[in-house]
Amino acid sequence: MNSTTLIVADVPYWGQSLFRVVGGLVAVLLPAGTIVYLFLFKMMSFMQSRLGPMEAGPYGSMQLFAEVGKWLQKEDIYPARADKFIFKLAPLIVLASTFLLVVVVPFGPDAWFTDFETGIFYALAVSSVSVLGILIAGWSSANKYSLLGGLRAAGQLIAYELPMVLAVIGVVIQAGTMNLQGIVLAQNSGSMFGFDGLGNPFVLTQFVGFIIFMISVQAELTQAPFDMPIAESELVSGYMTEYSGFRFLIFFIGEFATAGVFAMIASILFLGGWGVPFAWFGWTTMDSIDNWMNLAGPLILFTKMMGVTFLVMWVRFSYPRLREDQLQRFAWKVLIPISLVNIMVTATLKVAV
Amino acid sequence: MTLLGDRQQLSYIASQAADARVNLELETEGMTLNIGPQHPATHGTLRIIARLDGEQVVWVDPSCGYMHRGYEKLTEVRTYPQVTALVNRIDWLGSFANEVPFILAAEKLMGIEAPLRAQHIRTILFELSRIANVSLFLGDLGVQLGAITPVFMAFRDREYVLNLIEGATGGRFHPNFDRIGGLKDDLPAGWLDETRTVMKKLRRFCDEIEDLLFGNEIFQSRTRGIGVIPRDIALQYGMSGANLRASGVDWDLRRDQSLPMAWDKVDWKVWTHPDGDSFARCWVRLQEVRESTRIVEQLVDTIPAGPVMTKVPRIIKVPEGEAWVCTENPLGEMGYYVVSQGDLGPFRVKIRSASFNNMSITPWLLKGVYVPDIVTILASLYFILGDIDR
Repeated sequence: MNSTTLIVADVPYWGQSLFRVVGGLVAVLLPAGTIVYLFLFKMMSFMQSRLGPMEAGPYGSMQLFAEVGKWLQKEDIYPARADKFIFKLAPLIVLASTFLLVVVVPFGPDAWFTDFETGIFYALAVSSVSVLGILIAGWSSANKYSLLGGLRAAGQLIAYELPMVLAVIGVVIQAGTMNLQGIVLAQNSGSMFGFDGLGNPFVLTQFVGFIIFMISVQAELTQAPFDMPIAESELVSGYMTEYSGFRFLIFFIGEFATAGVFAMIASILFLGGWGVPFAWFGWTTMDSIDNWMNLAGPLILFTKMMGVTFLVMWVRFSYPRLREDQLQRFAWKVLIPISLVNIMVTATLKVAV
Repeated sequence: MTLLGDRQQLSYIASQAADARVNLELETEGMTLNIGPQHPATHGTLRIIARLDGEQVVWVDPSCGYMHRGYEKLTEVRTYPQVTALVNRIDWLGSFANEVPFILAAEKLMGIEAPLRAQHIRTILFELSRIANVSLFLGDLGVQLGAITPVFMAFRDREYVLNLIEGATGGRFHPNFDRIGGLKDDLPAGWLDETRTVMKKLRRFCDEIEDLLFGNEIFQSRTRGIGVIPRDIALQYGMSGANLRASGVDWDLRRDQSLPMAWDKVDWKVWTHPDGDSFARCWVRLQEVRESTRIVEQLVDTIPAGPVMTKVPRIIKVPEGEAWVCTENPLGEMGYYVVSQGDLGPFRVKIRSASFNNMSITPWLLKGVYVPDIVTILASLYFILGDIDR
């Protein structure tokens, strides 16, 4: 991390702050918009033998802007018996959790917002903040469906937090660090059986962990088959039922932005993040990486993120949803034991090899 | 205090008892959840009042009538040929099947019978409306369970069937094609060939749905062992159609009674399932679509030539008398009890629609299930609001 090459090193503090704010907005909104258009509008349509939006812009690419415009124009309604203050606060909490999450995501050797030593620990911690938003959204709506949805969400997100953490522990053991940059470095400078042309992406060595992590992400994002909290056909969108207009838009952006950020974290943990195998260019340490990687890195990360999101969305569009008790049983009786065994095996191999 | 009817009083007592049961354990209050009248799981305006303990249902009362249109009364001020336009709207997904029993009842009173070709075409259209109806059920099943893709497949392939119905009758949803003594028109040219190809498409659709939905483990875990209706309970509650056959009762009015229709001229099978759970009900319906395509194909191959209308007077007056005719409609047994006093229109018509009786089991069936299972059980019972409320 040679600070002399930092793009923002010479600008004053307010300039750096502005740069971070704009960068954060781009890092949250760009993936969210792309995911919504590419996957929610188009891929889902093609899977369901229809065309999806075609009128707004070429191939309906401006549809999202039209939708946002529509939502912004709508009246901001709140139920008469709602707890108004926290009702209005809830979507902001959900969105804030996404922004807090993106803070630790590294996009290149020097392109990061913050570089925590315990980055992944922090990420897993702040991802739970959204539970709070969802729970108070469900409670403050003064709607029984919302209440049920909020309670389900709370139960589900807490249950799936655990296998997610346990799946990440395998990666942390293997990389030997909790720093996300360190995990990227460990994968790209690593080698498998002396062959370093692919680096050592943890998706191969931690495949079980990857699967558990993706399942947990699916549940954290409340996507089918774990979409009990928003279940359209029974709870009529659960905690979001009473929200309209701008606040619904925030929930909506929050949902897909979180999907994007979680996909980024998954690709950092398991697919090598922003990096390419360092052996390709003869890099050895973080300092020896060429500067162009700061521009190429975000694109590489974005590509990997889209791949991971594709998986998430594919499952979402194909599967029916589980029942609440089946979902809990799956987390506690299947995922957590497997991830515990995974940790034991990883730790044993780490010490032995 | 306002006076309550018997049924209301009973349900009030039951709800109090349910509350007491909830209070006993945790000192908590039960939550009354109104599912509907505007709720996606109710396909319309059915209201289900559920008393919950957590997410478990302790007491449930289906409250129907939000879409009551008074068809039984309206028939009394219509002439016989006009009534078919009304009864089309009872089960709006399988409209043609609603017309047939009424027309048959009128024909029975008049002592006439449609020509053989008309009987064949009636049966074909009857089965096509069954396919149009139940294929939508198969897609909708996915939506109720959260899988959004199957419904689009159902709409895609149902479109072929609706095109066929439109080609023959001129109406996609409400054909109004059946006449006393036969049919309005003969089939258009090329319709029979088109039907054969569409039936192949529909069988492929069935395979697709079976792969996508019925083979899915989540689907099975959501439906197997859920909402079990034992054989004798199903009979007691007057269930009919696939709901009854899924409980292991081998009973199908198409086979078990002789009507001037063409079902007895072809080879097909009545499917039953011993389990009686949600999965069984869905599975039986899937097989029924397959059997219907087989029936249609065989009838298309063996359809006789001849007129489609027998000789009837220009102004139809049905002689005095009473007649009951019921058929195996897509949703179950549908029957008309027609009382005639020799006028232009019926004196009284009692409509027995399948969904109303099938729904009557819900207070028994939904007791003790979880909220998500309400949706799957209702979906698997498969009612259509128009068929409940008439």
